[in-house]
Amino acid sequence: MFDFIKDNLILNDPLILGANISIVFTVIGIVATLTYFKKWKWLWNDWITSVDHKKIGIMYILAALIMLFRGGVDALLMRAQLTVPNNEFLTSHHYNEIFTTHGTIMILFMAMPFLLGLMNVVVPLQIGARDVAFPYLNNLSFWSFMFGAILFNMSFVFGGSPDAGWTNYAPLAIEGSPGPGINYYLLGLQISGIGTLLTGINFVVTIIKMRAPGITLLRMPMFTWTTLITAFIIVFAFPILTVTLALMTFDRLFGTHFFTLTDGGNPMLWSNLFWLWGHPEVYIVILPAFGIFSEIIATFARKTLFGYKSMIISLAAISLLSFVVWVHHFFTMGGSAALNSVFSITTMAIAIPTGIKIFNWLGTLYKGRIEFTVAMMWSVAFIPTFLIGGVTGVMLGMAAADFQYHNNYFLVAHFHYTLIAGVVFACFAGLVYWYPKMFGLKMNERIGKWAFWFFSIGFNVCFLPQFVLGFAGMPRRVYTYGPEDGWTALNVISSVGAFGMGVGFMIIVYNVYYSYRYGKREETGDAWDGRTLEWATSSAIPPHYNFAHVPEVKSVDAFYYMKQEGEVPSRENVEYKPIHMPSNAGTPFIMSGFFFVAGFGLVFELWWMAILALIGIFGCMAFRSLSSHKQDEGYYVSVEEIEKTENPNKREA
Amino acid sequence: MFNKFKPYLIVLISLVSLFFIIIFSSGSEMIVLDPKGPVGAVQKDLIMLSIYYMLGIMVVVLSFFTVILLKYRSSKKSDYKPEMHGSTKLEIIWTLIPVLIVIALSIPNTKALYELSEPPKATAHKDPIVIHATAVDWKWIFSYPEEGIETVNYVNVPEDHPILFKVTAADSMASFWVPQIGGQIYGMPGMVNDLYLQADEPGTYDGRNSNFTGEGMTHQKFDFVAMEEAKYEEWVKDVQAGEPKLTEKTYEKLMLPGTVEEMTFSSTHLSIVDHGKNSEYAFAIREKYGATENSHGADVDAGSAHDGHGSHEVNEGHDSHGNEGGQDDQENHKSHEGHEH
Amino acid sequence: MAHSTNVDPNTPLEYQTDIGKLNIFGFWIFLGAEVALFATIFATYFALEGGTVGGPLPGELFDLKNTIIMTLLLLISSFTSGLSINELRRRNVKGMMVWLIITLLFGAGFLYMEISEFLHLIHEGAAIGTNAYWSSFYLLTGTHGLHVTLGILWIILVMFQVKKRGLNPDTAKKLFVSSLYWHFLDFVWIFVFTSVYLLGMVG
Repeated sequence: MFDFIKDNLILNDPLILGANISIVFTVIGIVATLTYFKKWKWLWNDWITSVDHKKIGIMYILAALIMLFRGGVDALLMRAQLTVPNNEFLTSHHYNEIFTTHGTIMILFMAMPFLLGLMNVVVPLQIGARDVAFPYLNNLSFWSFMFGAILFNMSFVFGGSPDAGWTNYAPLAIEGSPGPGINYYLLGLQISGIGTLLTGINFVVTIIKMRAPGITLLRMPMFTWTTLITAFIIVFAFPILTVTLALMTFDRLFGTHFFTLTDGGNPMLWSNLFWLWGHPEVYIVILPAFGIFSEIIATFARKTLFGYKSMIISLAAISLLSFVVWVHHFFTMGGSAALNSVFSITTMAIAIPTGIKIFNWLGTLYKGRIEFTVAMMWSVAFIPTFLIGGVTGVMLGMAAADFQYHNNYFLVAHFHYTLIAGVVFACFAGLVYWYPKMFGLKMNERIGKWAFWFFSIGFNVCFLPQFVLGFAGMPRRVYTYGPEDGWTALNVISSVGAFGMGVGFMIIVYNVYYSYRYGKREETGDAWDGRTLEWATSSAIPPHYNFAHVPEVKSVDAFYYMKQEGEVPSRENVEYKPIHMPSNAGTPFIMSGFFFVAGFGLVFELWWMAILALIGIFGCMAFRSLSSHKQDEGYYVSVEEIEKTENPNKREA
Repeated sequence: MFNKFKPYLIVLISLVSLFFIIIFSSGSEMIVLDPKGPVGAVQKDLIMLSIYYMLGIMVVVLSFFTVILLKYRSSKKSDYKPEMHGSTKLEIIWTLIPVLIVIALSIPNTKALYELSEPPKATAHKDPIVIHATAVDWKWIFSYPEEGIETVNYVNVPEDHPILFKVTAADSMASFWVPQIGGQIYGMPGMVNDLYLQADEPGTYDGRNSNFTGEGMTHQKFDFVAMEEAKYEEWVKDVQAGEPKLTEKTYEKLMLPGTVEEMTFSSTHLSIVDHGKNSEYAFAIREKYGATENSHGADVDAGSAHDGHGSHEVNEGHDSHGNEGGQDDQENHKSHEGHEH
Repeated sequence: MAHSTNVDPNTPLEYQTDIGKLNIFGFWIFLGAEVALFATIFATYFALEGGTVGGPLPGELFDLKNTIIMTLLLLISSFTSGLSINELRRRNVKGMMVWLIITLLFGAGFLYMEISEFLHLIHEGAAIGTNAYWSSFYLLTGTHGLHVTLGILWIILVMFQVKKRGLNPDTAKKLFVSSLYWHFLDFVWIFVFTSVYLLGMVG
């Protein structure tokens, strides 16, 4: 046992050793603080076992911010290495690990949970529901994501990180990578994928079945629409990932021949299956981002969303097209001219619905009263930057030209222009916009603007030169280059920009602290003069049951019209009825813990551990089945408690 | 005071950054946009066409964007229509325009794809020279079956003559790319992809593997040397007469992961193994020699990859791929033998 | 989430509560995900169908009679599972339990035959690691078989709950959902039967 730990704990790399030590100190610090303030029980009862969608959402976002930090440090290390030619800051091996974890973490453990977090907080409120359809499952979703993320992140201090790129292509990931790294990738993603799939099912059912009276499908806020479509994509795309990861796990652990070079296996099958999931995955993260921008732009242009129906049609079109473009990720694999031109056309066709959306946002801004709050600035900045990402996407979609862009920095710049300008801007915008809903206070606007300018200018300075580097022939994933390549100047600029983005992120973190310390607490639920139902709650942070009376909705922009028509439900002299709520659950946490142990056992091929943990997982499932009737009974919030929550000042007065 | 100037300051910072990016961009050679062969030219034309279209789109959208943002700021008190929820006419227009653009780009793209799948038209009267390009971690092996010669990490070709590269790999999936001559194609074990290339003027062009294949991928480069037809033929004869045969043992050593110097042989590996059919060969050899790509023994490997880099730089100075290269290559070959571990 | 107050007594038991309705709808969506899962596995199977190097060919080993019996077993079990839901609608616990036990017996028979087929194949030199074809064969049939195993365990668990707590909207919902699952497995098997065994015999 001791030998096992000694063999796998990485102590010979100063960077990782430093990380090791800081992790140990952080854990000790957290444990000590929790013990000192006697907060363990609070942590367990109020957070870990909570089924409240708002709290789960906050936990998702917190986890995502930590992962953004980790992925961001990876990015800065890469930029540091590439700043000057023939740099010896990182070895090739270490650089490979870092770009692999950077990509995987940013997509799967940062962008996805951030957006799932915002969906969790906002969507049930937007449709006037008390919680999601399956609150128990929601808790399980979060914890299996979390334990999957922990398993994946453990790799860099224990056993070594995966180093075959986030796309993890065979044969490199099978024949070319012994050791536990790739196993960590396969199992970490597998476990968190379970959580994502369950979330997808949960939100499909929630949105279809649990809308408040009057919210027809065509009265749903745009963010709810994007969530619904995203949830459908998840339901149909994530099983592909589950199978794909399982197949490679079998290849690596049990000697099967799916993607192997020997005995009839086919490495190209991995590329196909991976991108069959991978391309829809891109839209799983970008569509909710579109939803967030739609909400914010409508709110701060003080106008209803332009072209609501064409927005929905284009969403549906994008989601369908997302399943038929996967071949564009490997035009260079030797497909025939006919095949490549068909996939070029489907790829470029995605620009049509996306273009419609861009014009609709412009239409929303047109003849509005635009207020440049921080949330709005992120959303407005999204339009031109994402446009660059979009048009370069069309260029990449042309297969004949792609032979020159493929695998070089033009591609790298393109997808960062879509994923950062699209997703990361949306995450920041959504965080600022819904911050008062989560924490009862606004983030400081002045500091927020500093963060915005640092990050957005830094972003362009970082990635604009990379388009040019692509034309200069710099391939992606190289850990260094020579001075004779002529790439130095642009790489220096790019690194400066990356540093600016880092500063922007630190300012956002500081803003969280500053606002907590000095921010003015919101007194109403309507922090921004909002248009949708989440702003109609009785207090800044909605009570755990969300609405004492389920609101009735007569149009899109439900809350805006309530305010216009003077129909905002009054809180004076209202009769309340007891509200039924689901109870907290501890089993999902324990079950996800078993998933983690089983994953760890498989990573190191410790069969006994994996089998014991699998028994534990099935035990938890059986326990859930046997006890679900008690769990589902939930409890009732009493009328007194509701009255106290709804009118806190009444008694004082 | 500061607040008043802040917007200008931000615009200034943005413009200054943009200025630097443009200045430094012009300093680096955009070799993709400066092709030296018909294949690269087709691709460059397509790229430029798409860039013009995309710039057009950007100009239109960004003009609307700027005007709207300036005009409808809340402080301006411009025309305000909060209930305006759409316009079928406008929405149809901005659906149709992108449709037309996609069609306009699809046609030249499809044409180019078919054009690239055949030898270049200008030299259609010449028979293409067939060269097998095989990627092995982390080197490129070129076999000239007709001429019966084989080179490692460089390839000599005659100018103005179509070359048919039959690209494959012994182990990882690699991508064969000579940016200034034309776009890339994957080489995969057990499979062969065809790629036509042609150089229009003599010169040495950078070629490389652009697909990630592990630790040594960064240094998996080769020189693509185009020379006058007569010189090329002379070189072929010299190699046939003066270079050693490729023995099975030497070839087996080439299968081990690592970087090597340039080498030249007067026979090809095609009689030893066909990587286009046999995807297991390299791994069987590695097993025989007890060498694996152990990502676990990271530091050792990284060190050797670094050594490879050092020797690569030595390589840069040595530019005689041509006539009298025989002797040097012999020496390189020996140093390679010593390099194995 | 709350129990609906005015329930039409003609509504099937499993649909009488909101939670029952949500669970059943949610399960349909889950089956949608299962379809995507099996579709991927079928795609893998077809992609690797030619990878038969170094092992026996499927046509040499498959025993059509055996698989036809397996198919019949599963088809009949699907039918008896339907009958048990019929009894559930009539609130006849005993009849329902009898049909469920018959369903399980047929299911177990199917599993027994599948496992003995696997053992036979392995004996003949067609194991999961033999080549790409056999890997994908075991992947497809094995995933289905695993689903059947889980289905059997699950139905036993639900029967146990019915025994303990009687018929109520909660247990009725579980019975209904587990029978949906069972029908789904039957549905998938039809595709396995045609694309693996029938086509395998031909090819």
